[in-house]
Amino acid sequence: MSERLKSPTRRNLLKGGALLSGAALTGAALPARANDPAITNLQPWMQELGDGVDAMPYGVPSQYEAHVKRRTVEWLTADRVSSINFTPLHELDGIITPNGLCFERHHGGAAHIDPSQHRLMINGLVDKELVFTMEDILRFPRENRIYFLECAANSGMEWRGAQLNGCQFTHGMIHNVMYTGVPLRLLLEEAGLKTNAKWLMPEGADASAMTRSIPLQKALDDCLVAFKMNGEALRPEQGYPLRLVVPGWEGNMWIKWLRRIEVGDEPWHHREETSKYTDLMENGKARRFTWEMDCKSIITNPSPQAPILHKSGHTVLTGLAWSGRGTIPRVDITLDGGKNWHAARMDGLSFDKSMHRFYFEFDWDGKPLLLQSRAHDSTGYIQPTKNELRAVRGENSIYHNNGIHTWYVGENGEAENVEIS
Amino acid sequence: MLKFLSVLAIGTLLLTSAATAGSFNIGRAATPAEVAAWNIDVRPDGQGLPAGRGNVEQGEEIFAERCAVCHGDFAEGVDRWPVLSGGDGTLTSDRPVKTIGSYWPYLSTVFDYVNRAMPFGEAQSLKPDEVYAITAFLLYANDLVEDDFELSQENFTSVRLPNEDGFYMDDREESPVFKKRDICMKDCKADVKITARAQVLDVTPEETKAAEEAAAATEAPKAEDVASAEPAPVAEPAPEPVALDDALIKKGAKVFKKCKACHQVGEKAKNKVGPILNDIIGQQAAVVSGFKYSKALKKLNGDGLVWSDENLDVFLTKPKKFVKGTKMTFAGLKKEKDRVALIEFLKSHSQ
Repeated sequence: MSERLKSPTRRNLLKGGALLSGAALTGAALPARANDPAITNLQPWMQELGDGVDAMPYGVPSQYEAHVKRRTVEWLTADRVSSINFTPLHELDGIITPNGLCFERHHGGAAHIDPSQHRLMINGLVDKELVFTMEDILRFPRENRIYFLECAANSGMEWRGAQLNGCQFTHGMIHNVMYTGVPLRLLLEEAGLKTNAKWLMPEGADASAMTRSIPLQKALDDCLVAFKMNGEALRPEQGYPLRLVVPGWEGNMWIKWLRRIEVGDEPWHHREETSKYTDLMENGKARRFTWEMDCKSIITNPSPQAPILHKSGHTVLTGLAWSGRGTIPRVDITLDGGKNWHAARMDGLSFDKSMHRFYFEFDWDGKPLLLQSRAHDSTGYIQPTKNELRAVRGENSIYHNNGIHTWYVGENGEAENVEIS
Repeated sequence: MLKFLSVLAIGTLLLTSAATAGSFNIGRAATPAEVAAWNIDVRPDGQGLPAGRGNVEQGEEIFAERCAVCHGDFAEGVDRWPVLSGGDGTLTSDRPVKTIGSYWPYLSTVFDYVNRAMPFGEAQSLKPDEVYAITAFLLYANDLVEDDFELSQENFTSVRLPNEDGFYMDDREESPVFKKRDICMKDCKADVKITARAQVLDVTPEETKAAEEAAAATEAPKAEDVASAEPAPVAEPAPEPVALDDALIKKGAKVFKKCKACHQVGEKAKNKVGPILNDIIGQQAAVVSGFKYSKALKKLNGDGLVWSDENLDVFLTKPKKFVKGTKMTFAGLKKEKDRVALIEFLKSHSQ
């Protein structure tokens, strides 16, 4: 096994793969071989009784899925309380991210809030300054919508070049969840907007008291005040009991532990929209209020944490694409570093501002591959290369890196994060 | 009966929808005191600033006590904690240093953020005058005011930060990558070369060593096999374990949240802003390896102080009173029951 196989996850996979694929290794025409003891031996689970109901009142994944977990990159931040971890995209399929695997980003730790002690206040330029309890929120008409949430800094470590081996680390600051919530518009109408109302400032109840300025138009358009994710209560690390949903816009604006919405006539220019989440250009000036998440895609399998285990033959390539401006009608795939491109098969559900799943099945000849995916969104925008982005932004803008990503796959099926000419 | 009910239901529905046009009549009016308690945000035009004042000298003292442990005495930043001063002229360099002086557009952002979220782990514990003073000191640390400067609600908006004009509205949609392009699908380029590889830098996190060791341990021979091979060393009789109160430990774990910004306990604990607190009960002061203690703590070590229930209780009541000169900026736990619970929690990590 080569030295660069650092992640035990990957190592275990390869080890397991080598055992499992013993038969497949020898080629397409399956030769006669010894009987498989997995079949011929009586296994304990075939004979002994399993767990009764309620052995686990709240179910958890199989013990054999323990490697499917969020992971952090310690050197990124000073401390774990104000830090980030990453969704294991390479372990998932379909478009929904399970609640326990949704990446975490908090600025003052994950607050644990008693919902009976939680309030939502609306104040500022409204006719009536109001307070809602959680019971009050549940009396408003609600909607269910599937949206991706991507941190503006997702792929931010890749501006200066290929850095991290694994789509979990390069693209894992994203999740895609079905939210149940009340349209923010209804809550604002309940308070009554004054005619000079133009901006909102949602605020969190956690120790960072996170705030962002949001233009009123967006709030009236499609924002939700959500209390459920994938059908169950929000997880504490996702803002239980109440979070703002700002579809298609950078994750930092989706205020968690939402306790207050102030209505005003100007933006507040608070920390997370001045010192952070502004995009520094090469000339020393910075873009502010870069809200929409640009159209982007990533091949999740194969990837450095999910090598090809079966050698040559029929191979499934899959990945995710999304856009903060609409849907994804098309993704192109290249196996040869961009010499030739092929249409990927878009599969499953397609929702506005949601992740989309694509597949590309091909017969691998066992030779090295240079894999890329290129997404097109419903506005006609086409995902750019990293170098096209660098030409506009330089390398110091941190946020909004939606460049095309490249995996090199060697003859042994292992993948590496690279950049190509 | 059923019919009657459904007629009634329709009638009710109609009534409801008529009565709620534009309003659901849900929620209640916020009282002025409630709005005041939460409405602390400050804008560049000064809206939201509380009455108050503070000068550079006062700010320097408060900063040294409450902020410097992470941000450094001169706001230069400790470890990976934010650098708040310097960075002039670096925005076009390879490594921009984005500080209050070099990057932030508005002073109100400093006041608002310090007031709502600092000190880290003790948010909203500063009085308005203290926030004015800290803000004044940060202006001084960035060479933007003289050392006799006083900041107040009255003169606040007259202070402008150098990079106010360094920002412009998102214009991504005007950039070349947004232009409609023809896409090549076949024979798009003759040659492809790898120009960068993650292996060169490889900063991908490895799974923790502890996990690997745990995995190795499961493959190790079982205890009885080892025992039969060689006699186990005779251990000294362990001291009688003190029975701990689980409920109290749980309460203590909650209290410990106040400490977590700086201290860690448990198997994976590391020294952070403060030292690891495993085995603290019965431990001599200032002996955690790899941690840089203050002179004051080192002196306690020299004096032979050993942490016990009793002296920890006094220390935790008001750390700076017990150890004048400690780096620990924590104000203290006023409630005795919090201290008792916390000490029980620390004991549970001392066995």
